[in-house]
Amino acid sequence: MGLGQLASRALLRSTRLAASKPHRLLDRRAVVSTPELHNSEAAAVEAPPEPDLPKRTPVAGARVHFPNPDDAIEVFVDGYPVKIPKGMTVLQACEVAGVDIPRFCYHDRLSIAGNCRMCLVEVEKSPKPVASCAMPALPGMKIKTDTPLAKKAREGVMEFLLMNHPLDCPICDQGGECDLQDQSMAFGSDRGRFTEMKRSVVDKNLGPLVKTVMTRCIQCTRCVRFSTEIAGVQDLGMLGRGSGEEIGTYVEKLMTSELSGNVIDICPVGALTSKPFAFKARNWELKGTESIDVTDAVGSNIRIDSRGPEVMRILPRLNEDINEEWISDKTRFFYDGLKRQRLNDPMIRGADGRFKAVSWRDALAVVAEVIHQVRPQEIVGVSGKLSDAESMMALKDFLNKMGSNNIWCEGNGPSPNADLRSGYIMNTSISGLEKADVFLLVGTQPRVEAAMVNARIRKTVRATNAKVGYVGPSANFNYDHEHLGIGPETLTELAEGRHPFYSALSNAKNPAIIIGAGIFGRKDKDAIFSVIETIAKKINAVRPDWNGLNVLLLNAAQAAALDLGLVPESEKSIESAKFIYLMGADDQNVDKLPDDAFVVYQGHHGDRGVYRANVILPASAFTEKEGTYANTEGCAQTTVPAVPTVGDARDDWKIIRALSEVAGVPLPYDTLSGIRSRISTVAPNLLHVDEREAAAFSSAFLRPEVKDKPDKAPFETAVDNFYMTDSITRASKIMAQCSALLSKK
Amino acid sequence: MLARASQRLLEIRQAFRQLPQASRSFSTALNYHIDSPDNNPDLPWEFTDANKEKVKEIISHYPSNYKQSAVIPLLDLAQQQHGGWLPVSAMDHVAKIIEVAPIRVYEVATFYSMFNRTKVGKYHLLVCGTTPCMIRGSREIEDALLKHLGVKRNEVTKDGLFSVGEMECMGCCVNAPMITVADYSNGSEGYTYNYYEDVTPKRVVEIVEALRRGRNHRVAHKIHNASTQDQKEFFAELFIITSGDNVIATKFDLENLALQILGAPRSPQIIAYRERLHTGMQLLLPEIWAS
Repeated sequence: MGLGQLASRALLRSTRLAASKPHRLLDRRAVVSTPELHNSEAAAVEAPPEPDLPKRTPVAGARVHFPNPDDAIEVFVDGYPVKIPKGMTVLQACEVAGVDIPRFCYHDRLSIAGNCRMCLVEVEKSPKPVASCAMPALPGMKIKTDTPLAKKAREGVMEFLLMNHPLDCPICDQGGECDLQDQSMAFGSDRGRFTEMKRSVVDKNLGPLVKTVMTRCIQCTRCVRFSTEIAGVQDLGMLGRGSGEEIGTYVEKLMTSELSGNVIDICPVGALTSKPFAFKARNWELKGTESIDVTDAVGSNIRIDSRGPEVMRILPRLNEDINEEWISDKTRFFYDGLKRQRLNDPMIRGADGRFKAVSWRDALAVVAEVIHQVRPQEIVGVSGKLSDAESMMALKDFLNKMGSNNIWCEGNGPSPNADLRSGYIMNTSISGLEKADVFLLVGTQPRVEAAMVNARIRKTVRATNAKVGYVGPSANFNYDHEHLGIGPETLTELAEGRHPFYSALSNAKNPAIIIGAGIFGRKDKDAIFSVIETIAKKINAVRPDWNGLNVLLLNAAQAAALDLGLVPESEKSIESAKFIYLMGADDQNVDKLPDDAFVVYQGHHGDRGVYRANVILPASAFTEKEGTYANTEGCAQTTVPAVPTVGDARDDWKIIRALSEVAGVPLPYDTLSGIRSRISTVAPNLLHVDEREAAAFSSAFLRPEVKDKPDKAPFETAVDNFYMTDSITRASKIMAQCSALLSKK
Repeated sequence: MLARASQRLLEIRQAFRQLPQASRSFSTALNYHIDSPDNNPDLPWEFTDANKEKVKEIISHYPSNYKQSAVIPLLDLAQQQHGGWLPVSAMDHVAKIIEVAPIRVYEVATFYSMFNRTKVGKYHLLVCGTTPCMIRGSREIEDALLKHLGVKRNEVTKDGLFSVGEMECMGCCVNAPMITVADYSNGSEGYTYNYYEDVTPKRVVEIVEALRRGRNHRVAHKIHNASTQDQKEFFAELFIITSGDNVIATKFDLENLALQILGAPRSPQIIAYRERLHTGMQLLLPEIWAS
């Protein structure tokens, strides 16, 4: 809530009211845009004379959804009638009516605590001001938000809150984006009456990510509720009582949640701030760029805050369908990896085994010369975890022009189910998981593979007591689950209805099966998928109105790569390759590569892929380029350049385009829109940005029958270390600290 | 002028402030845990077999899906068993029994000041610090206790017998000032909580000495709360008799006798009882009686 906004609102309101007092009760206005109320009957009831009151817009576009139109009640906020569903609180009613109530402890994604008392409003016939966040709105309630009583109550609360608050805004990292600062400017008094000593509280050690200055804490308990309800690690609590009360863990304990960074965002004051960002920049110096995250396959929406050429921090952006308003710690804190181990210049490995920086012209000439010397079937291309769709398209087109179709994206395995989209995306969609009532997780540990998907499952389990069955190696879950088994034989038992968990699955209305992408690497992948599809058929998980058969991918590039058809021709192409083009592929196993093979590494970090490289072509990272990514649910999103690229690096697709020119097989596009129109002929869904396109068919019933049985070998963990999964996170110092301190061994 | 006056007022306030700390803390410990050899999460802690029965009984009072409601009685039982204080491992154990995260138990234990999270003496003396008692001299009483025992507040004497703390109003302001003695000397079976009203700095020292020598609460308590002079004399005598360690066997009889006497406030009867006591004691324990 901006300060200017608050001030102007306060001013506006007083003038509005002064102008409109005589008509207050006669006026009605529609604030609801839901279809349920827009039938003719409701319209006839509403049929308002054009209101004389100046129109107010709901706060932050707050919308009301009426699950049952009969339950609508009407309350009056500052004289404005507003229709809301039963069960809403007074604060929510005010929001719908366009009045932003100041608050500290209330957060719409957390349970209601009602302990900051900042949201006091006056309600007619109520003897005292009421805490609007905890008070349910009742029919006909007359709420007054800007009377002298409400104002006095707010001032009083603010004085109490500031009593023990250190007022060290000049040295506080929250300064400039602090709720307490903003609201004390808008609602507070200019002086306090407290002359005693302020209390001080010992700082807590919550690990390498969250810095604490507990003296600044105003005991709103948002962080306690967040860690208990959303992160699912009950570490934080409210200790002591009265003025000695403090937030803490009691015993020395680091916050081991993969979502711990979010407490920084929800803390309304500077008590919990970002440790890596401490004293680095002020928020008004930063340029925000709305982009997406590529460290996992979720595609969390983020805002990259940069100052000059440097990424200073990463914050979440609201997207109800993907990450709500949270992001994982990896997404939030890996950014320092963007500054380390970067490849600046094109390099060629000399005869002495050392790299020598050369010009782009020389580097491309060498690559073009070598690629013409090998036979087409000996050319192999591997795109990396972080590759965008445009460059994968360019790489595929280029290698196809060279006569090779041996190109794949790492993580997809030797024979991915690329035929139908439903075979590799999350068909239920991430937000759709909330409707599921039983989960079956096969070989996936969502907590480390896709923390935001895990948060969604946890939300569902908490809200509806959904059952979770898990097949795979022993893993860490933050919700109740049944560990059904470790290998495919458990699946066979389930498919045959012999397993006790089968009854839970078959009785479920909306069962959701989530298959980990780690299975893609197994030899018996098709047999496992076939068994799972048998289960899905038996429990009726795939219906026209519900598709509960999901694959949870691991990397940002995977879905787009499969959309574009990056599928290897033969499983043994690595063994016979003479020329391999690694486009940011660092986890591709190149041990079996013949010794005389020529390796080109194109990427932004000097990571594993460089060790074997003969030529290095520096590329730009996702923060420096525009690129399309499809997330695990098949939603295409684009990154936006936030900072300039380093050194002489270029965008991936541009390098390949230039290489194709030098190699004499020029690609027919030389702009981003050119590539995109090429993509539209292959995978048009990748161009529908920010829209999730569901798969048209379900692969469950179209797959050819698999005769062989799955192996006995148990499933393996796909992600060993949550904090270090790709070249950027491996280069990050903060992630290294996290994996040293927080990873459970 | 006004500014100077308010400045002066501020100075006066500062001068009157007793402690630099902003708030009084009734708890015996900080709001966070510091590992020590006798208090760390790795120490094993279990309820005794007798108390396990009690735990079952306590939990049976609550619906099975609201087991966590038993947190306060269970912590209390654990505290009685562990000599008056709760180590971290005991709180962890309680958390395990009621199936909640340990932090939820820590929250409760830190909230209530009667849960001691550091070691206390076998007799934990709690001086009321609320206004009526303070006006009637509770500060002097606390000073007297601290001076007599040679400890600071919430510190345990070297012999592990006594510690002094502060408590909020005990609800008997008419007989202010008062102290409470929490007796943890006999585990959870013999646990008692005793109030002493109308105490004076001299009397509290006597109570302490009575407890130290007799280690018997009921007698010390009766002596203190006896209403007539005769009774007082009698109990003083009785107390001397029972203070020796080797008369434990007869203590109980003597106490019963004392209780009968309390029901007979008139002097002639007491004198009769005294005589009976004298003769009885001579018969029972001639050698002690002689010494």
